[in-house]
Amino acid sequence: MNFLMIIRIAFRALARNKARAALTMLGIIIGVSAVIIMVSIGQGAQASVQAQIESMGTNLLFVSAGAQNVGGVRSGTGDSGTNTLTVEDLDAIRREVPSVAMVSPQINARAQLVVGNQNWSTSVQGVSEQFPEIRKWAVGSGDFFTDADVRTAGRVIVIGQTIADNLFPGQDAVGQTVRVSNMPFRVVGVMARKGQDPQGRDQDDTAFAPYTSVQKKILGSTRVSVAYVSAVSAEATYTAQQQVGDLLRQRHKLAAGVPDDFTVRNMSDVAEAANQTNSIMTILLGSIAGVSLLVGGIGIMNIMLVSVTERTREIGIRMAIGARSSAVRSQFLIESVVLSLTGGFAGILLGILVSVVVPWMLGWPTLVSTASILGSVVFSAGVGIFFGYYPARKAAALDPIDALRYE
Amino acid sequence: MQATSEVGRQGHEARAALLAREEEARPVIQLEGIHKTYTMGDVEVHALRGVSLTIREGEFVAIMGTSGSGKSTTMNIIGCLDRPTRGTYILDGQDVSELSKDERADIRSRKLGFVFQGFNLLSRTSALENVELPMLYAGVEAAERHRRSVEALHSVGLAGREQNNPNQLSGGQQQRVAVARALVNNPALILADEPTGNLDSRTSVEVMEIFQRLNRERRITLVLVTHETDIAEYADRVVVFKDGRVKKDYKVTAPRDAAEELKNLPAVDDDDEETGAAELADAA
Repeated sequence: MNFLMIIRIAFRALARNKARAALTMLGIIIGVSAVIIMVSIGQGAQASVQAQIESMGTNLLFVSAGAQNVGGVRSGTGDSGTNTLTVEDLDAIRREVPSVAMVSPQINARAQLVVGNQNWSTSVQGVSEQFPEIRKWAVGSGDFFTDADVRTAGRVIVIGQTIADNLFPGQDAVGQTVRVSNMPFRVVGVMARKGQDPQGRDQDDTAFAPYTSVQKKILGSTRVSVAYVSAVSAEATYTAQQQVGDLLRQRHKLAAGVPDDFTVRNMSDVAEAANQTNSIMTILLGSIAGVSLLVGGIGIMNIMLVSVTERTREIGIRMAIGARSSAVRSQFLIESVVLSLTGGFAGILLGILVSVVVPWMLGWPTLVSTASILGSVVFSAGVGIFFGYYPARKAAALDPIDALRYE
Repeated sequence: MQATSEVGRQGHEARAALLAREEEARPVIQLEGIHKTYTMGDVEVHALRGVSLTIREGEFVAIMGTSGSGKSTTMNIIGCLDRPTRGTYILDGQDVSELSKDERADIRSRKLGFVFQGFNLLSRTSALENVELPMLYAGVEAAERHRRSVEALHSVGLAGREQNNPNQLSGGQQQRVAVARALVNNPALILADEPTGNLDSRTSVEVMEIFQRLNRERRITLVLVTHETDIAEYADRVVVFKDGRVKKDYKVTAPRDAAEELKNLPAVDDDDEETGAAELADAA
C-alpha cells in the first residue's frame, strides 16, 4: 500500500465533506495564526527594545549607588537613600581607570521651566559635557555645554525638542533664557529628536544642565544616583566594568566579603533584563494562542470520531476486500494530519498577513520569525497525529463483519 | 418455457462430463469439523456444530438455509472474515483456521472476492475506482490497476460506465460493479452473500447470468449464499444448512441457464417466480 495512494484516498474522503473539513480546519487556522501573530508581536517588541539598547552603544556602563538583592537578582537601585556614589568617585574613575574614556553622572531633578508667560514642567538632568558622546545623542542646534560650564556650575541648559516646541514655538530656542526654579538659565543648544523609549516615554521631554549646576542650584544636594561610564572600546567594556568595580570598592574601603554598595552594569546586562521581560511576554501570549490551537485539535478529534462512526460500513468494505488494519489506521490518521496541516498552512498565511497589517494599522512593531512558522507546522502536524490517533485506532479495531452489518 | 427446458437438457450431457472431472479437481475449500461458538454474556450460542464441506475448483455452489441455520457464519469463515472456534479450514491448499487478523486480510486480498446483498460500493467514488480498490490494497501498480479494472468492468457489461458514481447506476449495474471488484484480483474463490436480495427478478437473472458465465468460461469457483430456492437453482450444487450442520448436499442435475432465460425475457416478467418454483420441484 503506497503512501501517496493513502494520501490521495484521504484527500478524496475529505473532499466529500468540504464544508465540514473547512470548519474543522478553521479551528487550526485560528490557532496557528494566533500563535504566529502573538509571537510576532512579542518578538517585534523585543527587537525594537534591542535596537534601542544597541543604539546606546555597546561600550556603555551604568554605575549606580547602592545595591539590592531580590531573590538573588542584584541590581542598583539608584535611589535607595544611600550616598555611596559621589562626584569624587566619578572623577577618580575618569582619572584612574585606563579603560574608561568618558564619565557622566545623571542627576535627575524635576523643575518648572518658565519663559515669559509660558511654563513647562519637565525633568532636568545634571550631566557632564561628555553626555552626548557617551549616549550617542547629538545636539540638533547650538552646542552642548562645556567642561568650563561644569566646573563653574554655569547657568546653561540644553533642552529637548519637545520642550523647545512648547516653550519656543516657531522660534530658535538657542540663546534664549529660561527660568529654572526661578533662576535664569541660558539655552545653549537643543538636542536632536530622539522619540520614545521602549517604555513609551518621550525622551525629548528632557533638559540637560551641568550636574554641578543641578546639584547646587536646583537640588541643593551632592548626591549622585546614577552615572554613565563609557569604555574606550566595546572590547574593553568588561575590563572597564571590573576596574570600575575594583576602584569603587577600594575607595569605599570595603573589606573582602562585604557586598558592594554600588552596582556596575553593562549594556548586555540591561539587554538581557529587557529580553527576559519580553520573552516572558512572548511566551505568555504564545501559550494563550496555543490553547486555541489545542481547542482546534480537539475539534479535529471530534470530527474524526464522527467520521469513523459514519463511515463504519466503508471501513468494513475496505477490510473485507483486503485492507489491513494498518492501512485503515493510516488512512484515518492521514486524513486528520491533512486537516491539521492544511489548516496549519492556511493559518501561517493568515498569521503572516495579520503580522504585516498590525504595524501598519496599530503601529506595533512585529517580527515574524521562521521559528514560529516552523514551530506551527510541526505543532499542527503533531496535533493532527495526536488527536487523529485515537479515532484512527478505533477505525482499525473494527471487526469487518460488524462493520459491514452497520447501518 | 418449452425452449428453455430443451436447451437445459441439451447442455446437461456436456455438464455431466464436466462434473465427473470436477470430482478429481483440486479442492479450493476444505472445511473439517468446523465449530463456531459465540459467547453472548453468559449464554453460549453454537452457530456451527461440526461442519465438514469440500468445494472443488470450478464448482458453483449455493449455500441455503433459514436464518439461524449457520449459513452466514459459514460464509464468514469461508470468507476469512471470522475464525472457527474449532476445526480446520484449508483454503486453496493453505490452512487459514489460525491466521491473525492481518494475515486474514492478506488472504482476502489475494484469494477471495466478495459480492454482498447491499452492493457495498464506496459512495461518491467512480465505478472504476471502486473496482481498483482491492488492487490498491494488494499493491498492484497504477497502470496495471487501471487496465484490469477497465477489463473487469467490460466483462460484466459496464464498458463506458467507468466514471459513473454508484448513485448514477441502477441496482443491477451496481451489483455488476461489485462483481467486477470481486473478480479483479483473480481470486481462487468468489463469495456472494445474497447477491440478488436487493434486486428485482429480471436484474437477478442478469446477475446470475454473469456468475454462470464466469463459472463456465473462466472456471471461477463460486459460493453463493441465498435463501431463495429459485436463485440456488442456477448453481451446480446446493448445500442446505440447518441448526449449524449440513443437512443436505446434492448436485443439481439440470441447473437453470440464465443466459437462455434472458433471451426469453424482453422485459421484467412476473412469471419468473413461478418458473423458479416449478424447476425447484424438478430438482428435488
